Amino acid sequence: MTNSYDDLEGAGCIFVIGSNTTACHPLIARRIYKAKERGAKLIVADPRGIQLSHMANVSVNHRMGSDVALLNGMMHVICKNGWQAADYINSRTENAEALFAVLDAYTPERVQAITGVKAGDIELMAETYAQNSPAALLYAMGITQHTTGVDNVKSCCNLAMLCGNVGVAGGGVNPLRGQNNVQGACDMGGLPNVFTGYQPVSDADANAKFSEAWGRPLPDKPGLTISDMVPAMLDGKIKALYVIGENPKLSDPDWNHFNHALNNLELLVAQDLFLSETAQVADVVFPAASVAEKNGTFTNSERRCARINKAIEPVGNALADWRIISRLATAMDYPMNYGSAGEIFEEMRALTPKSYAGMTYERLGINGLQWPCPDTEHPGTPYLHSEQFARGKGKFHAIEYQDPAEMPDADYPYFLTTGRVFAHYHTGTMTRVSKHLDHEAPFGYVDINPLDARNIKVGEGDPVVLSSRRGEMEVAVRLNEKLPPGSLFLPIHFGESAANLLTSSEALDPLAKIPEFKVSAVQVCRAS
Amino acid sequence: MECKFVPSVCSYCGTGCGILFQVVDGRLIGTLPMKTHPVNQGKLCIKGWNLHEHINSELRLKNPLIKTFGRFSRVNWDTAIRYTADRLQKIIKKHGPDSVGVLVSAKATNEENYLAQKFARAVIGTNNVDHCARL
Repeated sequence: MTNSYDDLEGAGCIFVIGSNTTACHPLIARRIYKAKERGAKLIVADPRGIQLSHMANVSVNHRMGSDVALLNGMMHVICKNGWQAADYINSRTENAEALFAVLDAYTPERVQAITGVKAGDIELMAETYAQNSPAALLYAMGITQHTTGVDNVKSCCNLAMLCGNVGVAGGGVNPLRGQNNVQGACDMGGLPNVFTGYQPVSDADANAKFSEAWGRPLPDKPGLTISDMVPAMLDGKIKALYVIGENPKLSDPDWNHFNHALNNLELLVAQDLFLSETAQVADVVFPAASVAEKNGTFTNSERRCARINKAIEPVGNALADWRIISRLATAMDYPMNYGSAGEIFEEMRALTPKSYAGMTYERLGINGLQWPCPDTEHPGTPYLHSEQFARGKGKFHAIEYQDPAEMPDADYPYFLTTGRVFAHYHTGTMTRVSKHLDHEAPFGYVDINPLDARNIKVGEGDPVVLSSRRGEMEVAVRLNEKLPPGSLFLPIHFGESAANLLTSSEALDPLAKIPEFKVSAVQVCRAS
Repeated sequence: MECKFVPSVCSYCGTGCGILFQVVDGRLIGTLPMKTHPVNQGKLCIKGWNLHEHINSELRLKNPLIKTFGRFSRVNWDTAIRYTADRLQKIIKKHGPDSVGVLVSAKATNEENYLAQKFARAVIGTNNVDHCARL
């Protein structure tokens, strides 16, 4: 997030697109409720009717994968009415002309034809967003998990900059992070192209710095993303995979394809709390300590790095992940002799000057600190880009709408999207073994509009067969009139009705390599 | 009876709510919201309130496992680490460091992620390191 949770309460308008916030980030949704109570306007755009839609000033259901068109349509209306922040655009941004040139063609009528959202609603969204500054834009995987994920994000940024909402309190472009430390894993260099603090592995100075600190010459060619590792496993280029605290067998697209890839490995090592679907097919399984059994830090969506503290001893012979990695490194002739998580943090912050350098365990205390925090006097940063953008001027990107990789056709006439339900977390390894959470949602299901259900002659709870070009599965029906006809929703948590039997591993954003989990074309019929 | 509250952070989503683990005589018995925490201001969602349940699950892995002839057998740490290190080293020697991939975790700590990418880059010698940010 460019901004902070506290900021949301000071927003004049909150625009939520591609985030089912009440289900996936309930305590952020609470801030939206509080802002609304105080008088902030709320716009919700989602292919499904969600809980937040009910309380929105403007709520629309745009067709899956049509986000760029919708956002361009809003910007078209804003420019036509002269609502853009002209001074801000002149002084703080560049390349606006290129954007304006593209926006011309996105008239409300044309955008209605693409998105299914009425022209009048597009005008109302634009007016509400532009006329109630500062406006905060919130999004989650509904924006990113598309073949046009990067375009979608850039379009969100275009809209926010057009109205002068980046670098101000109460505004911003705010991605809500799905996993507890996805922000931290990125910040720490858990990516193929960067070290900590996004220092590129291919940058000669950064590479030299880390090579010296770690005492070995380090590779300077960016590695493979998870999406590129799968074909490399199939080609036999990757022979061994070490999976720490993940369950890619369930979370990666196209289950059948991914299983072939796993079978091709010579060695699969899994490190987990549970014998997850991935651990079950591993050659070696390391038992890891849980959040309550170790010390360390997590960094949340608002860039707040906060400490976790050991409350109990690990169960059985489980060990903290950092201890396991240290032992494995030592056994591979690279001694790692850390006595505590704090020692690792100290090493990390010394190598991460711009963002984490000013953080110490003592300073983090109970509440944590928000990066950038460059020195030990720095109070942390509630919102980014306040004086100028990190790159100097904010750059507009001229972006044209493109269809998703797969659109419904005669063979696969339905749109399918995937997501979370309120009681579960990702592949369910943690929440499905929790008695009270399992009780809330014990089984998978597919949401279907009652009109579609009538057409295929099924009722609540009846089994249906869902099929795509990748695979098929049987699952029970749940009737949901808030889902537009022709659309289906499948939760991602349930291994026995795994959404990724149907998704595609080839439909990726060309830059971010993120799979298009949010749009697949499927067929649904009554199970015989 | 010894009762303590240990401050921590909920690990069920990217919000980062401040929690207190309730521990009685070394047993984790509950999760409470931290009243003054700037993120959650004394509130929690249903997942947060039940965070301790998965930690106490009977299904937790308690020992390293090695699979031989399709079946897992329990081994001690020294055996598991030595076995894995040997096999990784053989693969690196035969096929080069880029024949290994490491998936770090958006659920592990910063320290562990730092160490995991250091392991991939310095110990194995590859930049094939990624995590599920995309998934």
